[in-house]
Amino acid sequence: MSMSEQYKGTTQAAPPLEASPSNRKPSPKEQAWEKNTLQPALEKGPERHSEFTTISGHPIRRLYTEADLPHWDPDRDLGLPGEPPYTRGIHPTMHRSRLWTMRQFAGFGTAEDTNQRFRYLLAQGQTGLSTAFDLPTLMGYDSDHALSEGEVGKCGVAISSLADMEVLFDKIPLANVTTSMTINSPAAVIWAMYLAVAEKQGADWKTISGTLQNDILKEYIAQKEYIYPPEPSMRLVIDTFEFGVKNTPKFNTISISGYHIREAGSTAIQELAFTLRDGLEYVEWGMRRGLDIDQFVPQLSFFFNAHNDFFEEIAKYRAARRIWHKAMVERYKSKNPRSWALRFHTQTAGCSLTAQQPYNNVVRTAIQALAAVLGGTQSLHTNSLDEAWALPTEFAATIALRTQQIIAHETGVTHTVDPLGGSYFVETLTNEVERGAWEYINRIDAMGGMVAAIERSYPQREIAEASYRYQMAVDKKEKIIVGVNDFASEEKTLDVLQIDETVAHRQAERLNKLRADRSQAEVTRRLNSLRNAAKGKDNLMPFIYEAVKSYATLGEICDALRDVFGTYEEVAIT
Amino acid sequence: MPVKKIRVLIAKPGLDGHDRGAKIIARALRDAGMEVVYTGLRQTPEMIASAAVQEDVDVIGLSILSGAHNTICPQLMKLLRDKGMTDVTVLVGGIIPEADIAPLKQSGIAEIFLPGTSTQDIVEFIHKRFALS
Repeated sequence: MSMSEQYKGTTQAAPPLEASPSNRKPSPKEQAWEKNTLQPALEKGPERHSEFTTISGHPIRRLYTEADLPHWDPDRDLGLPGEPPYTRGIHPTMHRSRLWTMRQFAGFGTAEDTNQRFRYLLAQGQTGLSTAFDLPTLMGYDSDHALSEGEVGKCGVAISSLADMEVLFDKIPLANVTTSMTINSPAAVIWAMYLAVAEKQGADWKTISGTLQNDILKEYIAQKEYIYPPEPSMRLVIDTFEFGVKNTPKFNTISISGYHIREAGSTAIQELAFTLRDGLEYVEWGMRRGLDIDQFVPQLSFFFNAHNDFFEEIAKYRAARRIWHKAMVERYKSKNPRSWALRFHTQTAGCSLTAQQPYNNVVRTAIQALAAVLGGTQSLHTNSLDEAWALPTEFAATIALRTQQIIAHETGVTHTVDPLGGSYFVETLTNEVERGAWEYINRIDAMGGMVAAIERSYPQREIAEASYRYQMAVDKKEKIIVGVNDFASEEKTLDVLQIDETVAHRQAERLNKLRADRSQAEVTRRLNSLRNAAKGKDNLMPFIYEAVKSYATLGEICDALRDVFGTYEEVAIT
Repeated sequence: MPVKKIRVLIAKPGLDGHDRGAKIIARALRDAGMEVVYTGLRQTPEMIASAAVQEDVDVIGLSILSGAHNTICPQLMKLLRDKGMTDVTVLVGGIIPEADIAPLKQSGIAEIFLPGTSTQDIVEFIHKRFALS
């Protein structure tokens, strides 16, 4: 019996059954309003549409009143901030005490190029770092691999060995700065490089903090940057959990990500459901390894998208906290409140940026960021206006950071905790989004869990359907995108960041030098012990760490694991 | 006599896995009555050219968002010429900076569709091209 089957039916799967349009019972006062005020208005002029829906296609009523929340119990369903079920936020004072971490994702060209951008962003008041790696790095290839041609340094920074990592964090004190690293299939290797740099700087592993994305499940579901099949990939993830519990207790060993699921075209409910079900999958695999849930779960963090539909997004974040709490307490009997509180990073929606009239993207991003803040995010990345075209210029990246600073210091939205709590609309939508997510979670449980669901392409198909539906709605102008399918105008070209091919040449030279300078015997020895360990059951992190320190390259280490684990190819669905 | 269906190969070259656009186009062209083969991810120019020959396609649609177009497109065009596929219509969809459009067209790419293009525009482009030839 799989773990998911064991847990099937043990979860209170949904919030109390709220009013559906068919059983909604408006108060006498609301009924009188409908008759005396609403009807005459509608007779004079109809509403703009016969039906209003969120960007995800979720129906929205004209008005929300207490009739929409007949079973809603504020003590049970809303609670108070810093207490279960965390609907109002995970800290009692939220942004009154500490603002969210302003963490702009950056990376391009060589390690030197990105190191300079990092130091610029920190000088501008950014409070954490976030590293974007290029596609060869994400796929576990060195910059001089044949498949890397044309891709080196383009979508992020090129990191092929510890030598590159040392340059990337040169003069950045890892003891004080928290760093997020968006890396998945080769996450264990890149993390080992980071830890080696920290060690060289004299930073204490017990106190350094940061976040490894390390979320392989959403790669199979959405972003598709996988190398190995699911089983050995999950083993690597659990190895990092186990290593993290022992050695780096303040480090988030994973950032379970809905962002990419949403970017692939999912609805808000799908983003929430698949992400949280991924989270439960990691918890179950960790428990199967014999880890103590209340030791490793506090090191798991989440990452959500902030899309255009303002209230739907806020409802999504609130529902996420409620579901996670419920699952930890009811499904896994967790005793540690630190396991119950869902902490998350947010990024505004890259897929909502328009190539047309790009300055409008500043406005979109500001509104999306506001939703994330009102939804209680712990950290935030705001996209730059030029990112529908390229990686951001310094000019565009600065406006994106300033957008967060304006929300934090000028709007006043940080002065009170969960300012939308108790809104009939927001509470109803939170309930509906939660209910929709539980339906998906239960369906995936019934399939035997997320790995099984992925193998039958279930989440992939659901997302492709939603993505196609949305595109058709845009093509028919049922959904308007300003500057794209309406309000179009002529405009001049934007100056964008160009990455030239000299990056690839510089990387190739550096790799040649590295291979000439290091002890090849030591590298071979370390790679062989990693290969042997991979055939057994030992935690691979120490073996990877030693290989990294011998200056074995990312590609060599990933190849050693490819030898043992094989590679994965998905069934392409359209 | 039944009209021969337009055959299309939708391909996702390079290391990038963001296939939302490729999948939408594959489905939209199929819904518009074309026969569509989707290669799946991480296709090298060699794999795409071979698939195009094998499937005997009229159109190749490349989805490229990663900035690798200046490397991939000329390589593919050369391979197609080497294989004698000179009459295939090659289209590119994705993030292509303005400055790169003219050189790509000179290398033989028939049209480039930028972000925000509707699926109807692409269907119409293909229909027009095959009605005229």
